[in-house]
Amino acid sequence: MSSIILFTIISLSAIGAIAAIILYFAAQKFKVFEDPRIDQVEENLPAANCGGCGYPGCRGFAEALVKSDDISDLYCPVGGNDTMSKVAEILGKAVEAKDPLVAVIRCSGSPEHRKRENSYDGASTCVIVSALYSGETACQYGCHGLGDCVDVCDFEAIYMDKETDLPVVIDDNCTACGACVKACPNDIIELRKKNKKDRKIFVSCVNMDKGGIAKKACDVACIGCKACVKVCAYDAIIVENFLAYIDPVKCKLCRKCVEVCPTNSILEINFPPRKVKPAQPEGEKENDNNIINQEG
Amino acid sequence: MLKTFPKGGVHPAEDKYSANNAIETLPLPKTVSIPIAQHIGAPSKPVVNKGDKVKVGDKIAESAGFVSANIHSSVSGIVVKVDNVMDSTGYKRPCVVIDVEGDEWNESIDRSTDLKKEISLTDKEIINKINESGIVGLGGATFPSHVKLSVPAGKRIDVLIINGVECEPYLTSDHRLMLEKAEEMLVGIQILMKALGVNSALIGIENNKPDAISHLDTLVKDYPGIKVHALKVQYPQGGEKQLIKALINREVPSGALPLDVGAVVHNVGTALAVYEAVQKNKPLFERVVTLTGKSVTKPSNFMVRIGTPVTDLVEAAGGLPEDTGKIINGGPMMGKAVNSLEIPVVKGTSGILIMPADLSKRKKESDCIRCAKCVSVCPQGLEPYLLNKLALLEKNDKLETGGVMDCIECGSCSYTCPAGLPLLDYIRLGKSRVSQIIRSRK
Repeated sequence: MSSIILFTIISLSAIGAIAAIILYFAAQKFKVFEDPRIDQVEENLPAANCGGCGYPGCRGFAEALVKSDDISDLYCPVGGNDTMSKVAEILGKAVEAKDPLVAVIRCSGSPEHRKRENSYDGASTCVIVSALYSGETACQYGCHGLGDCVDVCDFEAIYMDKETDLPVVIDDNCTACGACVKACPNDIIELRKKNKKDRKIFVSCVNMDKGGIAKKACDVACIGCKACVKVCAYDAIIVENFLAYIDPVKCKLCRKCVEVCPTNSILEINFPPRKVKPAQPEGEKENDNNIINQEG
Repeated sequence: MLKTFPKGGVHPAEDKYSANNAIETLPLPKTVSIPIAQHIGAPSKPVVNKGDKVKVGDKIAESAGFVSANIHSSVSGIVVKVDNVMDSTGYKRPCVVIDVEGDEWNESIDRSTDLKKEISLTDKEIINKINESGIVGLGGATFPSHVKLSVPAGKRIDVLIINGVECEPYLTSDHRLMLEKAEEMLVGIQILMKALGVNSALIGIENNKPDAISHLDTLVKDYPGIKVHALKVQYPQGGEKQLIKALINREVPSGALPLDVGAVVHNVGTALAVYEAVQKNKPLFERVVTLTGKSVTKPSNFMVRIGTPVTDLVEAAGGLPEDTGKIINGGPMMGKAVNSLEIPVVKGTSGILIMPADLSKRKKESDCIRCAKCVSVCPQGLEPYLLNKLALLEKNDKLETGGVMDCIECGSCSYTCPAGLPLLDYIRLGKSRVSQIIRSRK
């Protein structure tokens, strides 16, 4: 009896030892060299695996960082400049600090401003609506309000406002990974420079119809009147296809364009309330409302 | 036993209210908006400018490539603008807008009604004429007809199939054409046969149109090579691949075209347009449109000039019923709801369907229980529930291997689904993503 047990133990140990030797030599023979810096770099990345850098996950990005000589074009929007400088230190490569970005929603067409002309009851996603037709309103450029951008956000940085039927970005959570920008079939979302105190001024409209048609479809549409262009001292505004665009780099946040916009399609956000001028009580109120809406 | 296609299919209620109403010519509209993209392929290039005077049949936009089509004015009058107008795609797209003045036709068009049987043109000349006249498939797909007739070297066609199936419920425009313009249509079929160099043509008609079948059956005796086949009623028999399978029992392989199995399919309306273009020199600028619906006062078949606003048709059929919930361009299965009554009739408009509110809501969605009803009705042998899920998860590689590109978008799966899932919507989304990927590979 005991000899059987002994024999079993000896034979199994022998098989194990032989297998170990084979595996050892196989591991030597087929060894894949991996730069240890890849692991080091990966440890410093945020591990969000959001794809905002353009690579499949943080590991893929780490590999790209280690392999490429010039990493100035590579950037992790989630980790930002801190992460990138740490990575540069590990790799001994140069990296420039970039302005942090934040997503903004360029549509203010709530039902109050933009009347619903028909009702859609098909599959509840913006990309299918936009493949079928121009949407529930007369504006064929604006937000469909079905929240494709909310679905793709990994950082809980965007939600649908039930009253306005428009998405709202929570600036503190937004990492500018760009997933919502890609998901939006109407290209409404833009990544813009994050300014001091998160202040921003932008044209909250993407309607490229002629002024009259745009205005008829939506009260707060940009009509391409160029009033903002005339008042801008920094050449930051261009009007193309009846639509104004404020260059976030040139803009000095002077707020002059906000005052002159006849349709209130330029928004100012996170600014302190203006000093009340007795001449324009109406305009003041509206601007204050914008601030409250966006912050709330 | 009547022939049909073997795989899948559904049989929705037919509701062909306008089947017994003869084709009426709609009075001329005040303005027409003629889209420059109303066919598959490249949008045409407008050749008229604001202020130009045009006659009926004048070319207003020129074909922009091999797969494209000329567009002709459907009225006489003055071009007011070339601008973006809402059309049946649901978007504002470039249209030539013409204010109607009188009804002056281009002199080259033969307006006599006598039948001209003699075919004097050669096959090449016929194809050129069809190309010149802007003829596209009038069954609804609007694929330029001259492309289908230009058989690439090395391929041999032995049969022409004429699609008189009209499997969509409600629609009757092809049915009325087969009754009222049968002789012209048969000459058109002969012209198509000559262009393709084939000796045999089969007309497939579903058995719910016995009058059309018997009428054509008596007439074809004078036209050698043409045969009429009655088919069992089954949707989507009007699909090219289904019709080929039903009539000649050949299967078009995945990714292939009908001409790979030696067949070319044309619609009955296209055959008539070919007759008019070749024998009467009349380009394609009008078509038959069914205006129908459960509560429509006077369901009708109208001969309509291209570019006429849909609202004119609705008025002529007794106005918009009070309980209207949805207006569909095309039939109830494959048609698409429109968001404006001002959209123009285009070459592909086979019908306008007015649905009452109680029939126009979608079923409430619930979960898929894998009952496989969608699988059993899919005429292409696909698994719609799976493609739907894959499209939702953006698994594009699996969509492609699952055969999403073979989907003919007939909607049988969505029609059958007891859970009311928008299967076709997601499959179509997946299809467009996959076709983008396939194109980027080239």
